[in-house]
Amino acid sequence: MVEFALPANSKINKSGKKHPAPAGATKTKTFRVYRWDPDSGETPREDVYEVDMDNCGPMVLDALIKIKNEIDPTLTFRRSCREGVCGSCAMNIDGSNTLACTKFCSDVEEDDEVKIYPLPHMPVVKDLVPDLNHVYAQYASIEPWLKTTTAAPERERLQTPEDRKKLDGLWECILCFSCSTSCPSYWWNGDRYLGPAVLLQAYRFIADTRDEETGSRLDNLEDPFRLFRCHTIMNCTKTCPKGLNPAKAIAEIKKLMVERKV
Amino acid sequence: MSRGNRPLSPHLQVYRPQLTSVLSILFRIMGVATSVGSIVLIWWLAAAASGAEYFELVQSFLGSWFGRLLLFGWTFALVFHLCNGIRHLYWDAGKGLELETAYASGKAVIVFTVIITLGLWGLAYAVGGA
Repeated sequence: MVEFALPANSKINKSGKKHPAPAGATKTKTFRVYRWDPDSGETPREDVYEVDMDNCGPMVLDALIKIKNEIDPTLTFRRSCREGVCGSCAMNIDGSNTLACTKFCSDVEEDDEVKIYPLPHMPVVKDLVPDLNHVYAQYASIEPWLKTTTAAPERERLQTPEDRKKLDGLWECILCFSCSTSCPSYWWNGDRYLGPAVLLQAYRFIADTRDEETGSRLDNLEDPFRLFRCHTIMNCTKTCPKGLNPAKAIAEIKKLMVERKV
Repeated sequence: MSRGNRPLSPHLQVYRPQLTSVLSILFRIMGVATSVGSIVLIWWLAAAASGAEYFELVQSFLGSWFGRLLLFGWTFALVFHLCNGIRHLYWDAGKGLELETAYASGKAVIVFTVIITLGLWGLAYAVGGA
């Protein structure tokens, strides 16, 4: 359902806390961060932190960790690898979704402050932590593993280098869901539309020559909502922090739907 | 842990408009506008069929500055929808989906829409006079 406005419990209270820079800091940057505490009973707010950039790493994640360590230990966010391979720190920074660990503070377009929100249109667990249970369930629904009907060979199932190349640009996805949560179609119909991340993964197994269940995989996707809510908006490809192209993967699935009918 | 009252994270409120999403929503809006415009076309044809007197009334409305403004808007909407529709046909064939190509074709849609719309109106004034 298209609902432009946020529900009453989600509206952002503008009077958040301000944490000024320490005295003597010469090079500071302002971070405006979405906060919501499930125990407070209050609606979300935006807190403002002034960070001394002379004593801070270059990435947005460095600044968030510095804030948590030195200014406000209640700030909650997910992070793990800090080098763009785990996908934990996906969030909305400076108006689009990306990984906090690979986003330079200096690359932020907005002049006066770095705006940080959780991945858009998701239930918030706390602060910058969204509830990913639904997308994980959608991921499980495409059965993301190789399926075969023929008897197992003595050794592994082989693949030519050319066939292996078909998986490039697909296997690299780290499931950070930056793309799915950048997609207006997923915002309005995420309950039934699978979204770009999950469809890219669906195509990863359709494109794999070792998989023998292409037909049933396509049957599973042939649905006005599960696949065809993609309107080629391309916010997904625009925002992918790994430079992948979910829009193209989805177009390839749509093409296969037509090709198997003619 | 309270799960019941989890807020929804902001979406349209915080997501920066991109060429990708802006052209997509314009495609929708222009499609709706074109549908409304086609009703006006039918009104104009029906007026012509119903007799000279009523047709004259419709002609004078559509020929007024306000009527011409509406017609210009509908021309723009139709041409935009046509150009972006061609872009979508390429996408449906699996072509032009790289980000650089999609941005180039998006900018081309804007340029061609302006040129064709102005060209059509220039031609109309040149042939039909004011």
